[in-house]
Amino acid sequence: MFAELELRARFGDKGYGGNYSSESLVAVLQEVEDGFVKAQADPVFMNRFRELLTTFAGRATPLMFAERLSEKYGRRIYLKREDLLHGGAHKTNSVIGQLLLAQYMGKTRIIAETGAGQHGVATAMTGAKLGLPVEVYMGAIDVQRQQSNVKRMELFGATVHPVSTGGATLKDAINDAMRDWITNVGSTYHCFGTAAGPYPYPSMVKYFQSVIGVEAKEQLREQAGVLPDAVFACIGGGSNAIGTFAPFVDDPSVRLYGAEPGGLDDGSDKHAATLTRGTPGVFHGMHSLFLQNAEGQITNTHSIAAGLDYPGVGPELVALQDSGRATYEAVSDAETVDAFAELSLLEGIIPAFESAHALALALRTAPKLDSEAVLLVCISGRGDKDLDEYWHYRGI
Amino acid sequence: MNRFDKTFQAADRKMFIPFFTLGDPNREESLALIRAAVDAGADAVELGFPFSDPITDGPINQRSMARSLKAGMTYDGCVEMLRDIREIYPDLPIGLLLYYNLLFKRGRSAYAELADIGVDGVVCSDLPIDESAEHMELLAEHGLGCIQMVAPNTPIDRATRLFDTSSAFTYVISRFGTTGPSAEFEDNSVQRIEMLRSLTDKPIVVGFGVSKHSQVVDFWNAGADGVIVGSHFSLLVERNLDDVSLARKEIEGFVRGLRTPDAA
Repeated sequence: MFAELELRARFGDKGYGGNYSSESLVAVLQEVEDGFVKAQADPVFMNRFRELLTTFAGRATPLMFAERLSEKYGRRIYLKREDLLHGGAHKTNSVIGQLLLAQYMGKTRIIAETGAGQHGVATAMTGAKLGLPVEVYMGAIDVQRQQSNVKRMELFGATVHPVSTGGATLKDAINDAMRDWITNVGSTYHCFGTAAGPYPYPSMVKYFQSVIGVEAKEQLREQAGVLPDAVFACIGGGSNAIGTFAPFVDDPSVRLYGAEPGGLDDGSDKHAATLTRGTPGVFHGMHSLFLQNAEGQITNTHSIAAGLDYPGVGPELVALQDSGRATYEAVSDAETVDAFAELSLLEGIIPAFESAHALALALRTAPKLDSEAVLLVCISGRGDKDLDEYWHYRGI
Repeated sequence: MNRFDKTFQAADRKMFIPFFTLGDPNREESLALIRAAVDAGADAVELGFPFSDPITDGPINQRSMARSLKAGMTYDGCVEMLRDIREIYPDLPIGLLLYYNLLFKRGRSAYAELADIGVDGVVCSDLPIDESAEHMELLAEHGLGCIQMVAPNTPIDRATRLFDTSSAFTYVISRFGTTGPSAEFEDNSVQRIEMLRSLTDKPIVVGFGVSKHSQVVDFWNAGADGVIVGSHFSLLVERNLDDVSLARKEIEGFVRGLRTPDAA
């Protein structure tokens, strides 16, 4: 169900990753590592995890052949339907794992940050299911543009703290979640939303999210008897991308593509394209690429997709770029909105703005691939949350 | 020998160390605040470079750093301010608090530059010892003091290692949480200092959350060689942005008050 676990502190020749946390978090990060290693080897824990992924979250999610889209673009396009996962996005995979781990560690309070609200919703609903109190930090701008998700979190009994410092988006929400953890480290588990941050989060979240790729690989083998020629995923922090890529990294014939948020694409800094335009730095517990000025002050970012609106990225994805294994391209807000509309019209699926980035890159890349090529696109979440923004963008 | 070592060795009294964000609310006023505190009797200063995302700081210092950046403070500006302060106070121990990314981006030459200015010690609140081999090497190479942080949940054996690898002093975080005033400390905060005191003869400086004379004295009495007060002063600045001289007078009074026979 998952890729083989590989706990790594550093990635690639340049040693991205690491554990750059404040001294107050060093002990608890060790607790997380010890707890995770023990839990992952404990059949009782893993059985419970699999059970909840099935009965609560609805795994396995389908792999769907996108007939009309394939016909239009002349390539065979398959969609991994994480939009059908309970909660509406892939976030649930990692959240169930992390909250079970929190219980396993004896933690009694859960905090999380959220951008689009999907990770917050997944944490709030899983907290309700497991009887764990949840507090979610969310940028004030995101609270405004993702109201429906705020209401869902509150219905699940979670407390949502709007964060108005900095750019009032995901980076700032992570800052405040980290501050909360520094303060309440004894009782609290920080359910981190992406495969980034200090060790062991990048490896741990990748492991939980590898269920996406492992399932999709098997489903494609069953349905079409082939490996994909190209795999596409969107990248904010990068958890659905690294989870989708995981079982394909060692298949040299499979090209890996990541779509990152190009934002306004007007030459300004209104974007969040960390992999293609970022520079090396140390922030949020890791050595990675960041959008920052020459002095190292972190930049406020922009993307129409709140879940990608982040100036950093998971360290393993950076290493995959350095080694040439994966290719990343920026996708603008405008292309994203077009792909959002196209999937709705041709396939009856409203993708999240985040996922629409991946689809847009797949559609852009399709003509360059062999005419027999099979494309696998991770539709990481559903787009109901983005409807208001969509009509607003269209000026209606 | 750096000035912290000299001062701690010669100290016949406990040290009081104010913290200021360089450039808050602007360069000129910032320098005036630092001078007021030193002239009133501060034994050393801990100075922070403003950072866009100060994760170990509470709301008051976050706003202080945001004000400094908004007023145009840069890394070069901090360097210039430090040179000015060093020129005015040749013997004053100066410690720096930076978020590591600023040093990382400045590159290896940053350490030579800080040594050239006459900085005595450096602490990065987001760089644990486990990731700081190169940082420690560069500090040592340039004769800069290495200030390790000990947290409330740092295990004893690790705390011992942090004391052993510190020069200048070891920064002991008083309680769980980010920077910012605490109305009161739990008894165990003071007891923890007593316990840590028993582990080492090297200088211990306590910071985070201290805003009252009585708290400073409690930590001194528990065995701390020095105590840092920061957010309390940032808050005074914030409350007096229309007339920063009022904040200056209050800070002056705070420092002077600690040196009256009743307090010390």
